[in-house]
Amino acid sequence: MVFEYAPAPESASVARIRESYGQFVGGEFVRGGGEPFKSVNPADETVLAEVACADDGDVDRAVKAARTAFDKVWGPMPGAERAKYLYRIARLVQERARELAVLESIDNGKPIRESRDVDVPLVAAHFFYYAGWADKLGHAGFGTDPRPLGVAAQVIPWNFPLLMLAWKIAPALACGNTVVLKPAETTPLTALVFADICRQAELPAGVVNIVTGAGETGRALVAHEGVDKVAFTGSTEVGKEIARTVAGTRKRLTLELGGKAANIVYDDAALDQAVEGVVDGIFFNQGHVCCAGSRLLVQESIADELLARLKARMATLRVGDPLDKNTDVGAVNSAAQLERIRELAASGEAEGATRWSPPCELPGRGFWFAPTVFTGVAQSHRIAREEIFGPVLSVLTFRTPDEAVAKANNTPYGLSAGIWTEKGSRILWTAQRLRAGVVWANTFNKFDPASPFGGYKESGFGREGGRHGLEAYLDV
Amino acid sequence: MSERLAVRKTYKLYMGGAFPRSESGRSYVVTDAKGRFVANASHASRKDVRDAVGAARKAFGGWSGRTPYNRGQILYRVAEMLEGRRVQFVDELRTAGLSKGAATAEVDAAVDRWVWYAGWADKLAAVAGSANPVAGPFFNFSTPEPTGVVGVVAPDSPLLGLVSTVAPAIVSGNTAVVVASEPAPLPAITLAEVLATSDLPGGVVNILTGHRDELAPWLATHMDVNALDLAGVPADAVADLEEKAAGNLKRVVRPGDSDWGAEPGTARMTAFLETKTVWHPVGV
Repeated sequence: MVFEYAPAPESASVARIRESYGQFVGGEFVRGGGEPFKSVNPADETVLAEVACADDGDVDRAVKAARTAFDKVWGPMPGAERAKYLYRIARLVQERARELAVLESIDNGKPIRESRDVDVPLVAAHFFYYAGWADKLGHAGFGTDPRPLGVAAQVIPWNFPLLMLAWKIAPALACGNTVVLKPAETTPLTALVFADICRQAELPAGVVNIVTGAGETGRALVAHEGVDKVAFTGSTEVGKEIARTVAGTRKRLTLELGGKAANIVYDDAALDQAVEGVVDGIFFNQGHVCCAGSRLLVQESIADELLARLKARMATLRVGDPLDKNTDVGAVNSAAQLERIRELAASGEAEGATRWSPPCELPGRGFWFAPTVFTGVAQSHRIAREEIFGPVLSVLTFRTPDEAVAKANNTPYGLSAGIWTEKGSRILWTAQRLRAGVVWANTFNKFDPASPFGGYKESGFGREGGRHGLEAYLDV
Repeated sequence: MSERLAVRKTYKLYMGGAFPRSESGRSYVVTDAKGRFVANASHASRKDVRDAVGAARKAFGGWSGRTPYNRGQILYRVAEMLEGRRVQFVDELRTAGLSKGAATAEVDAAVDRWVWYAGWADKLAAVAGSANPVAGPFFNFSTPEPTGVVGVVAPDSPLLGLVSTVAPAIVSGNTAVVVASEPAPLPAITLAEVLATSDLPGGVVNILTGHRDELAPWLATHMDVNALDLAGVPADAVADLEEKAAGNLKRVVRPGDSDWGAEPGTARMTAFLETKTVWHPVGV
């Protein structure tokens, strides 16, 4: 007898979505000079709200507001006082956790289970963590009197809209900088609620400014002469464009870019645990994760058994309504992203790999892509080389540990990697040789504000999180 | 009786532990401070840059894989060899225009600087790494690792500036391709002779002499170079090199304060480090 899941939807009403949103500049919500744009619910394609679009003048006003706040209020403020503001923000995030989680799921398409249990708690944790650094910067190992850089321009992606905001704003403010942040045009809403949280915290005007818009707004912000520091999370392609933009200027730059992580499963791994980790690695957040374990490298002798277990596990994934608490895989964030995933998946078939998805009924409206696994993948295939940013796993095999490492490192990216084996010395041997910034051993996709995160090679430079994350916002 | 005729030295490149001439067959004239001929230095080419990067990449695995203690020993050995050549370096710096006192002070500072960096080899990980107290049952630690092949455009401080850019790049396990000071390249080749005789594996440091504005762009665009130190690049050339370096997201150190006598701090070492964070569950 099979028990069916009954729907367990979270109420959308707690999100309190308004018809229109202004951007947040100098402590006020203001209209933008550009043409307002609409944010869409990717699960059903309904328009959620109209959002102001910042033009060059708006960006200029935001940078000036941040500069004034830096010079007059935030820069001179004792660290202990800055810390209290950050603690306030952390508490307000906790108080409004359910509203934020629901809004994030509606705007982004991610399952409420993840926004509620992962995104929002980590957002609060980041503010708590960096709050404690604000009055201890002299102990952070960057000299006795580290100075803030000034005004930070921060551009973040749509996959973790609120979490990426926290990763950017918390360390910047703790170090004494002021910020102008641009959220992605498909997911601006939680950033604007965060702006309201800044008001509730009575954060001085201009310390945090949120400008909304698409690529043009981001370009204007990054190129603005009044900016001292640029921090970007997003694609490697845009990261390179930004690096060219700041070339020859005094601006400091940190980049968190793409990845094509290898998840290496050795023959002695605990297979069911490994399967859970592989599933978590690629299907968490619909695979919209720069550190997703998108290349499964499995030792040849156990490949058949692992694949059988993996497919059985994939068949239990529930795809659908992001607000349903039973949902494992939600909606793809946008029509454009869905098209890119489809195109790359089609190239996998065209190049000769074998495609498989579990039987899975997708909703009629919205942007959906079934969890997909490709076998028979060669290193030369596009699906093994390019970041797909969707729920698509490529399976390759290896025979020896040396081959596993060589294949894992055979990519211009170097953000993350996974290792599954019961043998400790093999974990450490493999971890030492992987050219990747985060290595998860017998686990995957774990994040913590105390733990530095960031990439090697073309996955960018700089680290976010931990003591290391302070360096990006200090003059050292 | 006639005076003894000096045996002059042919200055060559230093690449993969060997001293080849430029594949281009070119050379350029190095003069002393009064404009008199001193030597013909090798005028390296784009191909030499590629060969040097190849040598540096080949040496990276071995050098970065050595224990920090061993790297420290080898770097200290370099300092010992430098000390033994103090007179030669003083002569070369005087040729480049420094007074005897200034040249002696610079050579001493360069030797001491190298000793200082040698001591960092087995301390960097303790200072730049961390155990991370995450909110969950995980053992989580971060260790620094070398970023790979570093291109160094050395400043015109012919010895102290040179060692102050080369030593911090290699102490953590990176390998380096160095473009020597264009007007005063001779101490760089003498340094190469020191490195070649001091247990430093061939290819860890590769030194090219020639025209900076000709060689630096090839270093900046090379897809197998991971980082650039632009210490010796004139202000008007920085933007172009940084733009080129964006092609594979090289880590770039911009030219800064050129007071090479000042306490260097750790920034030049940490600029060429990556931080690797490893997680493992704790429990059964």
